Amino acid sequence: MTAAGAVLGDAPSGGPGSIAGASPSLWQQARWAVEDSLVITKRSLIVWFRVPSYIFFTVVQPVMFTLLFRYVFGGAIEVPVPGGYVNWLIPGIIAQTAGFASFSTAIGMSRELQRGGIDRIKSMPTARSAFLTGRLTADVLRLLITTLVMIGVGYLVGFRFTGTVAGAIGMVVLAELLGVAVCCVSAHIGLAVKDEESVQAFGLIWVFPLTFVSSAFVPISTMPSWLQGFAKHQPFTVVINALRILALGRSVEQAVGQTLGSALWQSLAWIAATLIVFIPLATRAYKRA
Amino acid sequence: MIIDVQGLRKSYGTVEALRGVDFSVPEGKVLGVLGPNGAGKTTAVRILTTLLEPSGGRATVCGFDVVRQAAAVRRVIGLAGQATAITPDLTGFENLEMAGRLYHLGKKTSRVRTTQLLERFDLTDAAKRPAKTYSGGMLRRLDLAASLIGRPRVLFLDEPTTGLDPVGRLGMWAIIRELVTQGTTLLLTTQYLDEADELADEIVVIDHGLVIASGTSEELKDRIGGDVIEFAVTDRSTLKAAIEAVAALGEAEPTVDSQAGRVQVHAGGEGSELLVEAVRCLDAAGVATTGLGLRRPSLDDVFLSLTGHAAEQEEGTYGASADGQTRPGRRARRGRS
Repeated sequence: MTAAGAVLGDAPSGGPGSIAGASPSLWQQARWAVEDSLVITKRSLIVWFRVPSYIFFTVVQPVMFTLLFRYVFGGAIEVPVPGGYVNWLIPGIIAQTAGFASFSTAIGMSRELQRGGIDRIKSMPTARSAFLTGRLTADVLRLLITTLVMIGVGYLVGFRFTGTVAGAIGMVVLAELLGVAVCCVSAHIGLAVKDEESVQAFGLIWVFPLTFVSSAFVPISTMPSWLQGFAKHQPFTVVINALRILALGRSVEQAVGQTLGSALWQSLAWIAATLIVFIPLATRAYKRA
Repeated sequence: MIIDVQGLRKSYGTVEALRGVDFSVPEGKVLGVLGPNGAGKTTAVRILTTLLEPSGGRATVCGFDVVRQAAAVRRVIGLAGQATAITPDLTGFENLEMAGRLYHLGKKTSRVRTTQLLERFDLTDAAKRPAKTYSGGMLRRLDLAASLIGRPRVLFLDEPTTGLDPVGRLGMWAIIRELVTQGTTLLLTTQYLDEADELADEIVVIDHGLVIASGTSEELKDRIGGDVIEFAVTDRSTLKAAIEAVAALGEAEPTVDSQAGRVQVHAGGEGSELLVEAVRCLDAAGVATTGLGLRRPSLDDVFLSLTGHAAEQEEGTYGASADGQTRPGRRARRGRS
């Protein structure tokens, strides 16, 4: 049997035994893995820009949260940072946005799975990793845009970076890393649960306690003591503490209740642990899907 | 053999979707895999397109093992079906171009192929519109075009016309026929007998995860013997008299669609003489008929005689078809094809 001259011209016939044996060079494969991901990323972003309701969900919703907390609840909440509640709020909202960004990841995955779009891609010579990495890249780029919009809106309602420029950049970077981790978890849920409605109904509930029972909106000391233990040590709080110190400077370390070093170290550990667990899980769910 | 399937089995827990299926397809031929919903057709296609690992048996496509050499298989196949792989918010052009890129054709070739395929599939005018504005027939054509972007040697079409209107069906048939003349090897699953009849060189009939018959459409028809006399009564009240008049002519009980007033008699062999006889009997009984004629047995008849149930009957749903009738809607379609 000759190899597919009509199709690609360069497909060598597979040696017995392994998939890799039938494949082009590692370099070529790596190039395809990147290119294929970018094709998927581009597609995902085009759809996002084209469908108003997607933009609404990802951008307008966090802006609404900002305005609500800033003007409705904010007046009633005492916070120990310079610049008042809005400076407390914006880093928290940015972390929450990263959490909510994963909704579209999970729902997108299950929708694609149900429609059969994943089948087509899996039956093509497309790199196996491309679908996941492409979608995640798109989600993180979306989150970056959303984060920058949030900072802009924050500035309009009184938020100011009071730390260093490096700190401000660090805040954005850390928020993106958080987003990657949360999106990986959601990708796994979307692919494993499969049914879009179940994903919408139950697959994302875990995001709510993590974002609300945290230091995002109120100082943890105002919560009942039985809740404080969880609130203080759960990953979102740790990341939010780090975001806050990065945004406002080390002078708020005491108000935040953690040093920058410890908050950063713990944040990165949580994020790394999440990635180590969920990247293989999501990959496996994709292969099985 | 371009596609070779031996003893293929797949079970999900205790449910056996495929229970040892064998078939093969020579280069450039069309195999129709025919069977009702849930027969195992889609499972077989998913295994052959490397989406699913079999529980047992083996399958090769262009000589590549679908499990051990899955990557090689993916470079020579195309998969299309019910337009599920189309991104609704992307335009027709974007959908195809993306498929080309994911097929590693490169930017330039992807664009050239996209333009060619849009032209050939009569979608050039709609190329810049989002796919969600397309009609069902246009979507299927776009989906088929996407599966052809990499010039696959073997194409899998999973129920390519399910849910299409008659015009859309005929359009798809024309395109599929054209593909075949260009040498593409095709495996087509369908639950429509007329579709398999129309397009396939060889047919395998699958039911409950087993191949229950295989051969050309003619061979399958020969298996149930003679021709079929078919007519409808003009006056519904004469239906009973008509059935009695022709009952003696057939090898078995006539099949009756009482709603449409249609009667079919499966004659043993000597069709034309029986036809004359039928006219005489009906005339003597004073029954006026329309559309009295003789036809070769259809695959409907074959399926019925092989499985004891009609082909398009979704198990348990059309219990009323114990008299052997398929749904009226299907009958209407055949009239036009």
